Amino acid sequence: MCLAVPGRILEVEGTKGRVDFNGISREADLTLLPDAEAGDYVLVHAGFAIQRLDEAEARETLKLFGELAEALEQEDADRSDRESS
Amino acid sequence: MTGGIDFAAFRSEPAANALVGRINRLTERAGGTSERPIALMEVCGTHTVAISRFGLRAMLPPGLRLLSGPGCPVCVTPLIEIDRSIAAATMPDVIVATFGDMMRVPGSHRSLESVRADGADVRIVYSPMDALEVARKNPAKLVVFLGVGFETTSPIIAATIVAAAREGISNFTVLPFFKTVPAALDMLAAVPGRPLDGFICPGHVSVIIGSDAYLPVARDRNIPCVVTGFEPLDILAGVVMLLEQVVAIREATGSAGVAVQYSRAVTPEGNTTAQGLMDDVFAVYDAEWRGIGVVPATGQTLSKKYEMFDATKRLEIDVPTPVGESGCICGEIMLGRNLPPDCPHFGAACTPRSPVGPCMVSTEGSCAAFYKYEQGWRSGDPDGTEEK
Amino acid sequence: MSEKKIRLAHGSGGTLMHELIEDLIVGRLGNPALDALDDAAEIADLGGHAIEGGLLAFTTDSFVVQPLFFPGGDIGTLAVAGTVNDLAMKGATPLYLTLGLVLEEGMAMPDLERVLDSIAMTARGAGVAIAAGDTKVVERGAVGGMIVNTAGIGFIPDGVNISGARAADGDVVIISGTIGDHETSILVAREELMLDTPIQSDCACLGGLVRDALDACDDVHVLRDPTRGGLGTTLNEIAARAGVGITIREDDIPMRQDVRAVCDILGFDPLYMANEGKAIIVAPAESADAILAALRANPLGRDAAVIGEVGGEPGVRLRTSVGGLRPLLMLEGVQLPRIC
Repeated sequence: MCLAVPGRILEVEGTKGRVDFNGISREADLTLLPDAEAGDYVLVHAGFAIQRLDEAEARETLKLFGELAEALEQEDADRSDRESS
Repeated sequence: MTGGIDFAAFRSEPAANALVGRINRLTERAGGTSERPIALMEVCGTHTVAISRFGLRAMLPPGLRLLSGPGCPVCVTPLIEIDRSIAAATMPDVIVATFGDMMRVPGSHRSLESVRADGADVRIVYSPMDALEVARKNPAKLVVFLGVGFETTSPIIAATIVAAAREGISNFTVLPFFKTVPAALDMLAAVPGRPLDGFICPGHVSVIIGSDAYLPVARDRNIPCVVTGFEPLDILAGVVMLLEQVVAIREATGSAGVAVQYSRAVTPEGNTTAQGLMDDVFAVYDAEWRGIGVVPATGQTLSKKYEMFDATKRLEIDVPTPVGESGCICGEIMLGRNLPPDCPHFGAACTPRSPVGPCMVSTEGSCAAFYKYEQGWRSGDPDGTEEK
Repeated sequence: MSEKKIRLAHGSGGTLMHELIEDLIVGRLGNPALDALDDAAEIADLGGHAIEGGLLAFTTDSFVVQPLFFPGGDIGTLAVAGTVNDLAMKGATPLYLTLGLVLEEGMAMPDLERVLDSIAMTARGAGVAIAAGDTKVVERGAVGGMIVNTAGIGFIPDGVNISGARAADGDVVIISGTIGDHETSILVAREELMLDTPIQSDCACLGGLVRDALDACDDVHVLRDPTRGGLGTTLNEIAARAGVGITIREDDIPMRQDVRAVCDILGFDPLYMANEGKAIIVAPAESADAILAALRANPLGRDAAVIGEVGGEPGVRLRTSVGGLRPLLMLEGVQLPRIC
């Protein structure tokens, strides 16, 4: 339905902003995000920034995924201990 | 990694395995079996591609089935709009500008790709602002930008129209056939003849319209809705959250609601600036969805105020009403009543190279995604669930 | 033939191109030298005269890149490297090239000089001589500036037997470096996309790199350069040619972060992006370490990696980063910037 890619705003000039995507930089239109600033993470779709990404939420989501993975590894470790003892 | 957020961590295998473990347990608790699987529909074509591209379907238990909804804006565009776009491209002094997605969709007789090969001026652009630039540079030509897309794309085209109006670029026009999601979900929830236990809601449309937009359908149709991101772990986590609601409903400990997995991007109210632009530049109408029919209040065309930017008001584009469909069951597939391998043409007369229906042409169509990325259908097991 | 007219997709390296070659061309012109459909033909005798101690490798390639100049190279570097690499992929030592130029009326002379300088420098670097050539001029607008054809001959010493057909179960699949660099540099050079990035084409002659690999292992089965249609298409060509299965692991495929970013922005799949300075090597598993060490010692192979194995059901499969398994088909059509 819609490809949108996360990037970081390097600088803002009026309704335009320079956005970095892992080493690529491109201009993006900021009309849909009037209060976006340099340093913000944004989602860019077809040349327009459509949302500011919430860094804290992103880390929260990643922390959850990390905990799930560790819990699984712990489970596997326990199971192999039980099988070997 | 872009500074603070390590996006690669959204693809870690251990976390995926952990999530799949939870999905297996929850599917069992919800009573999903291969005879009567729990059916979750991903409404967005980008989800359809991500599910297949990362090989997620084969990781899921047989008691859970992911259905593809009408989530690819190209697939749902009615044949008459394709024919109008092609007709516009062949008119003198007209330049058609479009996203790449529309190039190969077969109209009644031709496609944009084939008319371009015969010399029509069809330009593929990355952004609608690029199409506005084409209009600036070709004042003697009328630029027709093909207005395809859902609420992620229509507001950025609305912003481009406002920019054209401000700059007085009167040779920039749009052929509008945008679609909107919420009312379509209500229609999908009411479709008889196939079980539906939850919606994987489109992440980027929801960035614009906000997750509250799904409250009516969740409440009125008692169907769980989870707004999900597009990384594989996002999708698996979204499925876990949906199954948790399904179990709560079946164990009468809870009811259907709207939850947000894609919390780093989606808020309850959405992007109000974008919503304001859509209200200003567009008018809502009852739109036809290809293979499905008219769905009330799901189309966006240009409002009176911006009528001069409507290509159908500036060009006499008359095309014969298209004769019937090509005998493919894309409509049934988009409603989730069938999977692509159920179609007699699938993988035989209908392949990405010689597509019969729109769902095979568009890279995000469910048939194209299934043909390219699913392992199972070739060995007679459409869900690919035996491939562990 | 499924198409009544030539379409851009016929030139993309994918399934339509294969249909055109197999149905129209090989069907009419087939002979033992052509039918192998490897990167270069092997010629054993010159009309009754045997070739001492080996075979002649013979190939040709045309170059229609737009724009003519791109970060890291131009149509001149490409024209030499493309044919030299096709010879190298047969284990041949490249020797002589011919040069066919089709110039467009109105082309700026300094541009032509710049391209010819690139051709001279790249040929010198690869140790090949431009032995013959031809120049034609066409009307303005006919060819987008200029197009170039090069043909090349090289020598395959006895005992070197490299062909797509030799891939065998148990072999490892090695790629000599990061994928997608070349096609991305072309996209970046097209101003309308307005992408600002340090990405350079990987365009380079691989004769030396191949020699290093062959010195490290005397039983290399397959050597291919994944140009048009990219890694995905070339692996399918090998699998079909040898009737084998190939499984590769997404996480092991070397790729630059910025190339992945351009693909994400435009909606392209890097597995189908063209490369002009990379080699796929298929060889017995026990020689994997030796080959990797040899490649990584060469600047052109510093990012070399084992990305998968030959085996299982015929066809190519991808083990995704989250552990899913799915088919990896040949490129279909042409990749276009898309929104969904």
